[in-house]
Amino acid sequence: MIARPPAKSRAFLRRFAPLLLLPLGACNWVVMAPSGDVAMQQRDLILIATVLMLLIVLPVMATIAWFAWKYRAKAQAADYDPDWDHSTSLELLIWSAPLLIIIALGAVTWTSTHLLDPYRPIERLDAQRKVDPTARRLQVEVVALDWKWLFIYPELGIATVNELAAPVDQPIEFRITSASIMNSFFVPALAGQIYAMPGMQTSLHAVANKPGSFDGFSANYSGAGFSNMRFKFHAMDQSGFAQWVARVKASGKTLDRVTYVKLEQPSEKVKPTYFASVEPRLFHAALNMCVQPGKRCMDAIMMTDSQGGAGKESARNTAGLRHDGTIDVGGYHPVEPGKKGEIAQPAGMTPAAERTPAERGKQAPGQQDHEGHDGH
Amino acid sequence: MSPHPASENSGIWKLIFGRLDWSSLPLHEPIVVGTFLMVALGGAVVLGLVTKYRLWGTLWHDWFTTVDHKRIGIMYMILGLIMFLRGFADAIMMRLQQAMAFNGSEGYLNAHHYDQIFTAHGVIMIFFVAMPMITGIMNYIVPLQIGTRDVSFPFLNNFSFWMTTAGAVIVMMSLFVGEFARTGWLAYPPLSGIAYSPGVGVDYYIWGLQIAGIGTLLSGVNLIATIVKMRAPGMTMMKLPIFTWTSLCANVLIVAAFPVLTAVLALLSLDRYVGTAFFTNDMGGNPMMYVNLIWIWGHPEVYILILPLFGVFSEVTSTFSSKRLFGYSSMVYATIVIALLSYLVWLHHFFTMGSGASVNSFFGITTMVISIPTGAKLFNWLFTMYRGRIRYELPMMWTVAFMLTFTVGGMTGVLLAVPPADFVLHNSLFLIAHFHNVIIGGVLFGLFAAINYWWPKAFGFRLETTWGKRSFWLWVVGFWVAFMPLYVLGLMGVTRRMRVFDDPSLQIWFQIAALGAVMIAAGIACMFIQFAVSIKNRDQLRDTTGDPWDGRTLEWATSSPPPDYNFAFTPVIHDGDAWADMKKRGYQRPLTGYAAIHMPSNTGTGIIIAGLSVAFSVGMIWYMWWLAGLSFIAILAVAIGHTFNYKRDFTIPKDVVERTEGERSALLATQG
Repeated sequence: MIARPPAKSRAFLRRFAPLLLLPLGACNWVVMAPSGDVAMQQRDLILIATVLMLLIVLPVMATIAWFAWKYRAKAQAADYDPDWDHSTSLELLIWSAPLLIIIALGAVTWTSTHLLDPYRPIERLDAQRKVDPTARRLQVEVVALDWKWLFIYPELGIATVNELAAPVDQPIEFRITSASIMNSFFVPALAGQIYAMPGMQTSLHAVANKPGSFDGFSANYSGAGFSNMRFKFHAMDQSGFAQWVARVKASGKTLDRVTYVKLEQPSEKVKPTYFASVEPRLFHAALNMCVQPGKRCMDAIMMTDSQGGAGKESARNTAGLRHDGTIDVGGYHPVEPGKKGEIAQPAGMTPAAERTPAERGKQAPGQQDHEGHDGH
Repeated sequence: MSPHPASENSGIWKLIFGRLDWSSLPLHEPIVVGTFLMVALGGAVVLGLVTKYRLWGTLWHDWFTTVDHKRIGIMYMILGLIMFLRGFADAIMMRLQQAMAFNGSEGYLNAHHYDQIFTAHGVIMIFFVAMPMITGIMNYIVPLQIGTRDVSFPFLNNFSFWMTTAGAVIVMMSLFVGEFARTGWLAYPPLSGIAYSPGVGVDYYIWGLQIAGIGTLLSGVNLIATIVKMRAPGMTMMKLPIFTWTSLCANVLIVAAFPVLTAVLALLSLDRYVGTAFFTNDMGGNPMMYVNLIWIWGHPEVYILILPLFGVFSEVTSTFSSKRLFGYSSMVYATIVIALLSYLVWLHHFFTMGSGASVNSFFGITTMVISIPTGAKLFNWLFTMYRGRIRYELPMMWTVAFMLTFTVGGMTGVLLAVPPADFVLHNSLFLIAHFHNVIIGGVLFGLFAAINYWWPKAFGFRLETTWGKRSFWLWVVGFWVAFMPLYVLGLMGVTRRMRVFDDPSLQIWFQIAALGAVMIAAGIACMFIQFAVSIKNRDQLRDTTGDPWDGRTLEWATSSPPPDYNFAFTPVIHDGDAWADMKKRGYQRPLTGYAAIHMPSNTGTGIIIAGLSVAFSVGMIWYMWWLAGLSFIAILAVAIGHTFNYKRDFTIPKDVVERTEGERSALLATQG
């Protein structure tokens, strides 16, 4: 009596599904109308899963309304049976109907999760075109800072803040980390999100199919400036991208460690900034929490640990291992009444980058130098 | 918080007040000051009235120190309703901020205030609204449904209630002294670590939840023991009323899950207080471990909330369809399966953390599997209505609204369980819409059904229906108006916890959502008017039978409100719907042969220890170490002292029982 003619409802849904998409053209339903193939497949998956579930949900909701009306007390239904409480065939139906839907959905889930795994290099540009296996992937290193995004193009030797660009139809490989707080790197038009976590690296493979400017942002709350942690993603043709790279290079600025340490101090609504050159292995240092002078890189520490650890004397001096609190986000905590919610640096806390050389000199010998040698 | 200049150098000030100083009072936040004045005024009026009508004695002897599960249940409900107003005020403020903050406008809330509000909203709604209310309902109804006189550990019950209240007091205190956490309701590190949240907010969060968590855990132990050990003779497990079954499963989940929360918050406090590195970025800490642990508690938690309400819907559907519940045993197994599976799905809260595809698929599929027993439940309610005669009293109206609303929420939930779909919907307003769809549509609608259903049992008169129906329609319509726009916004790629927006085309959706929130506010107002009107007209609404709905379970066998001892004679059970069965077999209420009844005595220990726990927490939060130390010693002393209290029980004399039951006989006789 429920979900009886699946063929009929499927036909109905086939006719109805395009209607669902109608309002999408008018508005900016970016998740439903993305511009990158990965996001497009994720959109299709949402629609497939929704239709699969509607197969059972719609009949159930209709039956609820129908029974609620038909068996209202006023109607004095003739088939009233106060002791009717079991029916083996109905029991079979109510367990097996959802089970069948979930088996179908589970199969879709298993395959799609593997095919759309963000770590998996993409194999198609879109439904028609395969990726040329010899083609180069555009490498982009992403660092979530408080509260802006740093993008490093290691092969091009450039970097930008709060602006991302890529040529259409070229696979992109993002390698993502964060300087202090957990964020989530998300360009809805391009592909699904992945967390950006300090001391850890996540990856995302994607491709843009249409030129245009799209919104990107952090999709995981990371503190007071989170709302403005937004950037534009420009998808452009190859020549447009080459021009964009030339523009970035024309900026003349260099992103070295000193600049980075200044940059990672909390700030909001940062305008897009270009850097014509980047200190090599800066992403590695950010990932291993050793950009600041005197810090030891995580991978070096792990290497030491895996070889049996350092000597006893290492227990006494841990300054080179500290990362949390060395970025002065503590200063974000409001001190002066009336200034709550604004960035206020409390007295006595100078940003790490501006600490006097004398203070730097206090660091114990034997610490890693700031060249970021990683011990390999 | 940095010391105030005036007190900066004063060591003695620091010794006494820790990091508390004048700048901790949010005097520069007009909204908070206004709220404080209103609360202070309201509080003064209440205290004045209590004093004027000389109610302090009654309050202390009959309520604060009571070990009667019914009175404790009612106190839980009052706590939940009061905190609901606070949590809802936060919701309205958020909706208003998000409807305003466009086109360069910053809205009316700065980040420091707004971020506390969404954190407080989540924490309060889950821990201090939903949890106390379901505990209150379970406390009141479970012992009555299984035909016993009280819970297994009546003192523990009182203590649990006061610890929950103490947690609520700590969280409320943060509104006026200092600040609350600005981390989101689960306080993920590293943001909640001392390096990035050096203020008192996260400490308020930790201690509020730890203290309340003790209450929740002990109440879980208590109810499990009660259900397992104190059922009336003849009530085998498969004759247990379905609400009691779902309560049992929920309490098993509480006992298994809350220690994980306690442990993970303890580890976070160690990080914050003594500089360990469990969840830090550096020194070998790992914030991902926190996220895993908190969701190993957090996912069962949502089933802790919903399972008892599934029981409520089962009872209501069966009663108002005048029919046995369809598929009782499949209901029971579905409940058990849900309880077990709820431990196998936690990772679906963070597919985007970067686990491999196989891990993500596993947790996605286990999540979907939960929808099978849940679906079975829905079908069972459906077939309970089938061939019934459904009386559309308010509890049944809420139940039908639940069935329609929850189905949609369940569907969007399964959608979010597909990992690649979650990659585009995670942390979006689609997710917010989904879980409000199931929590409002399931937990809150269920609580409203329960309140309307059992109110006559608790107070001896029904709730009137005009205002009740107004509240119902405003709530149901308001819910859809408030949350459908959030589904849409989620599909537009709008993320949660945003304070300001730069795309003006989104604003209209937020304005619609705000309108929905206003409708819900009107629904809440109607509900309180409904209570007030019903209390005023209680004589017309009086239920003298004890069984106003033609109920099916044992709680309807006794008077409304039940006597202190619940049942003069312990009923003997022959059927799942015990009271329906007794009525069918022409049960005659015994009029003679009463005996004296052995009952537990009241005690003030619970409220005293809870009060000391608040002092302890204040000491810990503000670094007033002397206060924390003294309070902790005092807690131990009172607890040990309590073990020397031998006046733990008393006997209700036979003539009192006879008189009480005689009054009921007279009342029943007036029914003719």
